[in-house]
Amino acid sequence: MNLYTRRRASNALILALSFAATAGGLIVLFLILGSLLWNGIPALKGTLFTKMTPPPGSQGGLLNPIFGSIVMTTVATLLGTPIGILTGTFLAEFGRGSRIAPAVRFVNDILLSAPSIVIGLFVYEVMVVPMGHFSAWAGVVALAIIVIPVVVRTTENVLVLVPASLREAASALGAPQWKVIVVVTYRAAIQGILTGVMLAIARIAGETAPLLFTALNNQFWSANMNGPMANLPVVIFQFALSPYADWQVLAWGGAALITFTILILNIVARWVASRSSFSQ
Amino acid sequence: MSIEIAPMATTAPTPPRMPLSTPVIPNDKPRNIEKPVTKVVVKDLHFHYRGFEAVKGVTFSLYDKRVTAFIGPSGCGKSTLLRCLNRMYELYPDQRATGEILIDGRNILDPGVDLNLLRARVGMVFQKPTPFPMSIYDNIAFGVRLYERLPAQELDERVEEALRRAALWDEAKDKLKESGLSLSGGQQQRLCIARAIAVRPEVLLLDEPCSALDPISTQRIEELIAELKSDYCIVIVTHNMQQAARSSDYTAFMYIGEMIEFDETEAMFTHPKQRQTEDYITGRFG
Repeated sequence: MNLYTRRRASNALILALSFAATAGGLIVLFLILGSLLWNGIPALKGTLFTKMTPPPGSQGGLLNPIFGSIVMTTVATLLGTPIGILTGTFLAEFGRGSRIAPAVRFVNDILLSAPSIVIGLFVYEVMVVPMGHFSAWAGVVALAIIVIPVVVRTTENVLVLVPASLREAASALGAPQWKVIVVVTYRAAIQGILTGVMLAIARIAGETAPLLFTALNNQFWSANMNGPMANLPVVIFQFALSPYADWQVLAWGGAALITFTILILNIVARWVASRSSFSQ
Repeated sequence: MSIEIAPMATTAPTPPRMPLSTPVIPNDKPRNIEKPVTKVVVKDLHFHYRGFEAVKGVTFSLYDKRVTAFIGPSGCGKSTLLRCLNRMYELYPDQRATGEILIDGRNILDPGVDLNLLRARVGMVFQKPTPFPMSIYDNIAFGVRLYERLPAQELDERVEEALRRAALWDEAKDKLKESGLSLSGGQQQRLCIARAIAVRPEVLLLDEPCSALDPISTQRIEELIAELKSDYCIVIVTHNMQQAARSSDYTAFMYIGEMIEFDETEAMFTHPKQRQTEDYITGRFG
């Protein structure tokens, strides 16, 4: 009985610690979200979406950084996703048993956890310095480099989950390997792959460090990919640190905007994943 | 435009001298009146998997328009043997078959054999139903489209023909656009059989096709096998001895990688020649 009592006590202790840890994490999370809502909601006015970033002391919005963020995120996703999906496909389908696949996987995992500021500096060295100026293209490349490992990882993971029996069944009909992958395996894994892409978008939408060294920022409207381009994370960084109250309000608004966009993307990604057609 | 699948021998080779038995046609089975034609000859086939020898030199023949059952306890190599007949094992590294498998006189283990064309000739249905995540129609059209470019109407006809032969048409005709996954287990397995025969193979390999199905579905599949026998050389791997007895003309008993006995099903189940066969079919081991 002594043993049993002790077991119950340690169970209660561990349970209490788990609850405390969870509560601690959740409280911090809700404090962040709460202050974001408290300060950000008042800033979410119509003019936020229609006016440019203002000089200190005058009225304005975030139209140019919103535009810049959408453009750079979209182009970076379009650039990084095919590379990521193809690499993930190589790892899961063609590279099985090869010696290069584990090496690629290892390098990809390093890239996945690389600090984004390092990626920003890298692109600064290879693109911004030779070109002589900051540009949206450099920003796009830096963001794409962040997209690739996320998409590679999720693509490989979901392709590996597709049962081998499905591949065998398609091969047994005489389908060449590429056709098995494109017509059967991708179709079984499409929701998972899309989820990975969504998560990658959510990740780069808020990245600041890689853009500081590449796309920098722009006070004005610019759709020129060859020059510096405004974007939400850098504008938030700059405005939040400024001493001007109206800039700080705009920074709160931008922060709330990014957070809600990412929240919605994550919810959509989860919803897409949950209605996977492959659950039998 | 249809593509010639593979050059075929004009005359079927004579069956090799079999140590086991020469096929004798019993009079009470009218369906077996024609003389069986050898379709596949397997000679001294070995199969290695990472240094483990799963099949240890088996020799036997398969006959056209006949059903041959492979029976034996788990791990005896019967499924492995089946997977040699369409070289399914090639999907995995470290798996290797040596010896000869002659289909219409041509050795399919030759390195020059095109695996995809081979698999179009030797269809396979697996233990677990494996419908593709696409519509019922596309599940069947997928294989047909691989080697034939048919006008829409002809493709429709091919799909219907395959579904009718697999006894699925009545249940599926109103929902051809629905996912293949929406069907029940037994229907899914018949869909897989329809998919395999839509490609018009010559040999049909069934790897425990009923082990995941309920008795009613099993009965339907067995009826289907009896029906399809008029056109194909069928091989069925089964754990179910009654199934082997009911639906096959020839039975091969395998044990630890060796083919202990190969004979007509009736002879095998009434007068097994080997002690091990008798022990297995009477349920004394296995």
